[in-house]
Amino acid sequence: MEGKAFFIDTTLCTGCRGCQIACKQWNQLPATKTENWGSFQNPKDLSFYTYKLVRFSEDTGDDGKPVWYFFPDQCRHCVEPPCKEVPEDPNAIIVDELTGAVLYTDKLKKVNSEDVQESCPYNIPRAQTGTGYIAKCTMCVDRVHNGLLPACVKTCPTGAMNFGDRDKMVAMAKKRLAEVKSKFPKASVTGLDDVRVFYLLADEPAKYHEYAQATIIPGGIDRKTALKRIAKPLKELSKEWQLLHKLAS
Amino acid sequence: MTNHWIDIRNSDCILIMGSNAAENHPISFKWVNEAMKRGGKLISVDPRFTRTSSKADFFTPLRSGTDIAFLGGMIKYIIENNKYFKEYLAEYTNAAFIVADKFDFKDGLFSGYDPKTRTYDKSMWAFEKDAKGVPKKDRTLENPRCVFQLLKKHYNRYDLDKVMEVTGTPKEDLLKVYEMYSATGQKGKAGTIMYAMGWTQHTVGVQNIRTMAIIQLLLGNMGVAGGGVNALRGESNVQGSTDHCILYHIWPGYLQTPKASQASLSDYNTTYTPKTNDPLSANWWGNYPKYSVSLLKSFFGRKATNGNDFGYNWLPKLDDGKAYTWLDIFDEMYKGNFKGFFAWGQNPACSGANANKTRQALAKLDWLVNVNIFDNETGSFWKGPGIDPKKIKTEVFMLPCAVSVEKEGSITNSGRWMQWRYKATEPRGDSRPDGDIMTDLFKKVRYLYRKDQNAVFPEPILNLKWDYTTRGEFDAHKLAKEINGYFLKDVTVNNKSFKKGDLVPSFAFLQADGSTSSANWLYCNSYTDKGNMAARRTREKSGIGLNLEWSWCWPVNRRIIYNRASVDKYGNPWDTEHPVIKWNGSKWIGDVPDGGWPPMLKADGTPNPKTKYPFIMKPEGHARIFGPGRADGPFPEHYEPLECPVEKNLFSSQLINPTAPIYKTDMDAYKTCDPRYPFVGTTYRVSEHWQTGIMTRWQPWLLEAQPQLFVEMSPELAMLRGVKNGEKVIVESARGNVKAVALVTKRFRPFTIQGTVVHQVGLPWHFGWVHPKDGGDSANLLTPSTGDPNTRIPETKAFMVNVKKI
Repeated sequence: MEGKAFFIDTTLCTGCRGCQIACKQWNQLPATKTENWGSFQNPKDLSFYTYKLVRFSEDTGDDGKPVWYFFPDQCRHCVEPPCKEVPEDPNAIIVDELTGAVLYTDKLKKVNSEDVQESCPYNIPRAQTGTGYIAKCTMCVDRVHNGLLPACVKTCPTGAMNFGDRDKMVAMAKKRLAEVKSKFPKASVTGLDDVRVFYLLADEPAKYHEYAQATIIPGGIDRKTALKRIAKPLKELSKEWQLLHKLAS
Repeated sequence: MTNHWIDIRNSDCILIMGSNAAENHPISFKWVNEAMKRGGKLISVDPRFTRTSSKADFFTPLRSGTDIAFLGGMIKYIIENNKYFKEYLAEYTNAAFIVADKFDFKDGLFSGYDPKTRTYDKSMWAFEKDAKGVPKKDRTLENPRCVFQLLKKHYNRYDLDKVMEVTGTPKEDLLKVYEMYSATGQKGKAGTIMYAMGWTQHTVGVQNIRTMAIIQLLLGNMGVAGGGVNALRGESNVQGSTDHCILYHIWPGYLQTPKASQASLSDYNTTYTPKTNDPLSANWWGNYPKYSVSLLKSFFGRKATNGNDFGYNWLPKLDDGKAYTWLDIFDEMYKGNFKGFFAWGQNPACSGANANKTRQALAKLDWLVNVNIFDNETGSFWKGPGIDPKKIKTEVFMLPCAVSVEKEGSITNSGRWMQWRYKATEPRGDSRPDGDIMTDLFKKVRYLYRKDQNAVFPEPILNLKWDYTTRGEFDAHKLAKEINGYFLKDVTVNNKSFKKGDLVPSFAFLQADGSTSSANWLYCNSYTDKGNMAARRTREKSGIGLNLEWSWCWPVNRRIIYNRASVDKYGNPWDTEHPVIKWNGSKWIGDVPDGGWPPMLKADGTPNPKTKYPFIMKPEGHARIFGPGRADGPFPEHYEPLECPVEKNLFSSQLINPTAPIYKTDMDAYKTCDPRYPFVGTTYRVSEHWQTGIMTRWQPWLLEAQPQLFVEMSPELAMLRGVKNGEKVIVESARGNVKAVALVTKRFRPFTIQGTVVHQVGLPWHFGWVHPKDGGDSANLLTPSTGDPNTRIPETKAFMVNVKKI
């Protein structure tokens, strides 16, 4: 498959937030006012001003000792992005030909932002209060087109963040999975089939983040997207939906 | 560090203890990860499960302040299970040395203790010497008075049950750590320790590190790739600042600051130049006078002559028996004994232990100069919480200075690598580089001294050589060259001829007769006729990561020090996969050898009289397992922190370090084993902020990620106090209190210590009242003014607190 992808090896991630801050700096996004709500995680969630967020979750491991998981959350740049189906205007959300980056435009101001958010299996898009503009990770497409790595990847000190041609990232992810299997028997890689951001997780995805992995139903799209698509007029729908509509009705 | 950052990737077992490297040295984790990819194991031992622990192969907790108990148990394990590297131990360390009969240890005290002065007479710890004055040795390690047998006897008391009772670490976890780590005692295996303030900031700080040094020597881990004792320094250039002596007790290059009783240069040099009668000991500090005289020539130039002791008496001297450390400075300042104070690139109102005492002390000054890039709690102490500016007489000056990227110069990292940095942009507004501020201040002071016919003792000022400017601006290159050193006249040394004005190629050429200068002998070799070695940027194409052509490190670019212990007596590396140096029959190849002398044995197995023992900086040439130079004893011993949760020390009747400094003003309160302060408190750092936060709290993105002071506590303690996660609480000690957000986490668990449940909490010390207004104040308002007896680094890692709902 063409285009680029991220491979995020959470077994190497130390939750340092370099990626989170680098994203803010490159995109010159403002800092929001935060409080310590009882976690290192801050801001608490993605927002119009926070495209990259390291999520912290604690649990007890099988050996009775603590575990602390770090999940550098970001837009997955889906190969067939469900959010793109939401606006009537097919150019409100565009997919960059070179990289496969899913890019939001200002045309989204006219779209119901809740619909866009709910269409996302990973709960990524966030709207600006009052204006309705929606924003998320851009894959640093401006940097990538100029031969640079995305800011978060460039900053990462441990090698957790990787970026390159999708096929190479798939291979890297699979190789690394094999390497860590003996240390982490429950390890898995998410998203190899249908997105451009793969996470190597040492434990069950739900332990990292509710949306670490999308829930998939047979047919290749998730439930949320399917429900949304069912509500749309027939003429705007893709072949996929038509098939599903046939099954559903 | 004895080794360096990249070398960590060569390790088979990394112990991170007294450090949270993933948190506070995030870049270093690149190398830790690399070691793990190559099969190395990571062990994390910490009171709390940290970001480092989350990546470790094995984690276990211990109560703050009990590291010697934990490690003492490991020494016992290593000896009892024969895990030590016997040849290394017998040949390269002082394990074989016979200790004279005057040395003894009873019930927590070594021989020679004077309870009135609370100090030791170290002459009681001397070695037994032969007729030639060389320490007697038993290389079989069987003599009952040899260091090895005394070591065994001392740590025999550190059995698993006792260690567990003191540390709160489960027995099976202790055994697991001991087993994992001591496997590196095998020939060809290497273990390393990454440590930081978690070990140093205790009343037993130096002895914590000594315990690990002993373990590393037992296991043969010194001088080898992937081994060493690796201190993770806390500022990008603190290694540089200690090398250049910005501490009262040392002159640049770790020379000693003279005492008042050392009236002449010759007295001074004689006192500090060690002697040896062993022809096989290189005794490198025997060159001391060459370094001290060269330093004086750098200070005073032509004015320093043989006739005036090279200006020795123009330098300040220490009153005998008096300490002038940070804690002592603020103690004297609080007592009103300082007129003025330069707080240069620091924030004592937040960084020093017992911060309330410091803040009160600042109010006693006539004047304060705050040289910094942002406003901070020190510069603004006069309008701090609870202070009435009308009552403060101190005149405060703010001198804005440039940040590191606005000026050129060098930074020396933890690995001793001096790396040249370039100027990226001009300083903003009126801010100026420190070198220019200092130059201008000095010039003005000198002018005033010249003008005043009645100036008292003007020589130090008027005779100081200061030729470090170019077109009126401070020139880092000129100073860097001075630090390296010059020949001050035409000379021939070691069959090489040099002209006046030539840069000295290495400290082997420095002289004690005034013909050379060097503002820091350790850095001699860093700026030579080959150029600015610190600016080199060539990576190695293959090897163990030495990168001999990337920047420059001291001494003489030797990347792994003590590397002549990495080979056997024939010069063959113990570890053939990661050789540091190797004797090829006529010379050493690999890293810069720790002395070019040939191996101890010739190829035919006969002793080589031209050799030297590998630990060249010790007068006996052997590494010190028995360390007779420390203030608190030649063997580390567990003592409780000054403020502790137990009434008894299970190892002896000495509850606390019998030599720990204690201060006596009304601001110095200590409450140990007091029901009002029932929990162990500690302080630490987070990735997002740095030191007192005066650079990072003003950075909105960092503040967004870590906005407020928090206190981490276990769910059990939270329940005890009725506290919910995210709720604000008060943390208080005998000295002060702070409001913090409770972060309730399973990463802290209660300890069982001597049968009682002991809770521990921790706070980051990055916050201050100046900004943000809702961020919280410094955790150092809680910490005690006591510290290590050798260094007086404050004991900010273990003290007693209370936590309560607001």
